[in-house]
Amino acid sequence: MRDFFRPPQVGRRAFKVWQRNRDAWLKFYKASLVGNLAEPILFLLAFGLGLGRFIRNVGGVPYIKFIAPGLVVSAAMNAASFECTFGSFTRMSTQKSYDAIIVTPVNIDEVAAGDILWGATKGFISAVIMLPVLAAFGLMDSPWLVLSPILYLLMSLMFASMALIVTAFVPSYDYYAYYFSLVISPMFFFSGIFFPLSTLPPWVMKIAWFTPLIHAVNVSRALATGHFYGGLAVDTLWMVVFTLICSWTAIKFIRRRLIK
Amino acid sequence: MPENIIEAKGLRKEYSGYPAVKGIDFSVERAECFGFLGPNGAGKTTTMNMLQGYVTITGGTLRIFGMELRGNERKIKARMGVVPQENNLDPDLSVMENLRVYARYFDIPKAEAMRRAASLLEMMSLLDKKNEKITRLSGGMKRRLMLARALINDSDLIMLDEPTTGLDPQARHLIWQKLKEQKRQGRTMALTTHYMDEAAHLCDRLVVMDQGRILALGSPQELVDKYARGSVVELPVPRGGESEVLNALAGADYDYEISGDTLFINSADGDSVIARLARFTKGGFVHRPATLEDVFLKLTGRELRE
Repeated sequence: MRDFFRPPQVGRRAFKVWQRNRDAWLKFYKASLVGNLAEPILFLLAFGLGLGRFIRNVGGVPYIKFIAPGLVVSAAMNAASFECTFGSFTRMSTQKSYDAIIVTPVNIDEVAAGDILWGATKGFISAVIMLPVLAAFGLMDSPWLVLSPILYLLMSLMFASMALIVTAFVPSYDYYAYYFSLVISPMFFFSGIFFPLSTLPPWVMKIAWFTPLIHAVNVSRALATGHFYGGLAVDTLWMVVFTLICSWTAIKFIRRRLIK
Repeated sequence: MPENIIEAKGLRKEYSGYPAVKGIDFSVERAECFGFLGPNGAGKTTTMNMLQGYVTITGGTLRIFGMELRGNERKIKARMGVVPQENNLDPDLSVMENLRVYARYFDIPKAEAMRRAASLLEMMSLLDKKNEKITRLSGGMKRRLMLARALINDSDLIMLDEPTTGLDPQARHLIWQKLKEQKRQGRTMALTTHYMDEAAHLCDRLVVMDQGRILALGSPQELVDKYARGSVVELPVPRGGESEVLNALAGADYDYEISGDTLFINSADGDSVIARLARFTKGGFVHRPATLEDVFLKLTGRELRE
C-alpha cells in the first residue's frame, strides 16, 4: 500500500515503448484504420439516417447531427479501450514483450505509461479520422472544432488508463467480456450520445455523472455546435482528474503484477 | 574497476512468506562463466531474476559492476544482456526490427544500431533471415537471435537462463561455440542449466543449489573430485545383496549409493575397487569417470522434484 503512493518513475523512455507499438502498428495500419472508421460510420448511418427519419430533431438539432459528436468520442473510447485491454494483455502475457523490455534501462512504469500513451494515440487517431467524413456529411461546421483534438487526446488517455487497470488484474482474455459488456457498453448507451439523458428519471443522470464518457460527450457536443454551457469547465476538469487517478493506478498495478 | 562483477551477500527472497532463496553468498569474477545448478525449485531462476532486477530482493546485498543494485538499476541494466528461459522475441516485428527496436531501449542511435544488428546477425549465422518473421524461425534460430539481442548493447554481463533447453545437439553446440567466443572477448556470464554437460563445458565455476541454499561451490573439476571422488563403478546387485559386496570393500576409501538394483561406488581409484569386486562383476559392470551429474545427484538426492 505504501508503494501505491510513491510517484511512478516515468521518464522519457516511456516514449520508446510508444515507438515500439507504433512500429508494429505501421505494418498493418491500413486494415486497422478501415476497422476503426467503419463501426462509428455504420452507427451514424443506421441511427442518423434510418432512425433519424422518425425523429425530427433533438432540441432543434437534426438527429444525425445530434448523435455525431458523441459517436466520435465513442470511437475514441473503443479504440483506446481495445488497445489497452486486448493489445496490452497480448504484449504483457502472451508475447512477454513487457518482460523483454524491463531488463533494459526502460522500467516497468515506463512500459505501462508507454502503453497508455499508445492506447491514447489509437483513440485519438480513431476520432480524428472521422472528422473529414463528418464534415463531408455537413455535420461539423463549428469553428470550435479546431479544439476537438485536445478533447480526443484527453479522453483517450482516460480510457486507455482505465483499460490498463483492468489489464493489471485479468487472468485471461475472457475476463474482458465483463469490462466491455458491463462498463463500456452501458456507457455507450447511457451517456447522452443517442438521446438527452434528461428524458430519463433524474437518478440516471446522477449515476451517469460519475462515469467518464458522459463528460466527453458533453464537451464534444459543445465544440461541435458552439453551444457552450455552464458545466463545460467541470466536465473537462472531471476528465483531467480521473485521467490522473487512473493512469497512476494503472502504472502501480501493472508494476505489482509484473515485479514480484 | 572492481574485480568482481557480481557480489551477493546473504541474498534472500521470500514470496509472501515462502522462502525461495534463503540467504546465499557468491561472487562472479570478470570474464568468468558462473553456473547455477539445481533441481526445479532450488531457487536458481529466482536468483537470476533478482540479478536482473526483475524480482525484488527481500534481504541481503547485491552489487553488480561494483554498484548496489537497488537505486542503480538503469546503469546496471544498460550494461547487461539477458536471455530468459522462455524466448520473448517480438512476433510483431521482423528479425532485424527486433534488434533495432531493442537497441532503442538502450539509447543506441539508429545508424549504430543497424551496424551492430547486421554484425550480430552475421555472427549468429542469421543474416539471410533478417527480414523473416519470428514465427518462421526454428528453435535454434530463435535462441541465437535471443543471444544476438542480449549483445546489442555490447553488454559486459550476460545472463542466460537455460540457454539450450529444447534444442537439438547441433543447435546446442552452435550456441556453446558462440558463448565461448563471447567469454574470450572478456564478457562475464551467469547461467542456469539442467544439462550437466553444458555446465561442465561452459562454466569456470558453479554452485549447486537446493531448496534456496547453495550446497557446493567450485570449478566442475573440483566438485567432481570432491563430491564424486573422480570415478564411478556401477554394479548391478540383487536385492539385499549389497552388504556382501560392501564387505568385500572393507578398508577401502569409497562412497556408495544404491538406486534401484544398481550400486554406485565412487572412489578416487576405480581399478582397485573392481579388483576387489572381481567375484561380483560377472553380471557386467560400468566403470567410468565421475561427472557433474554424479555430483548433482549426490548433493541433491535422486527423488523426483515437481
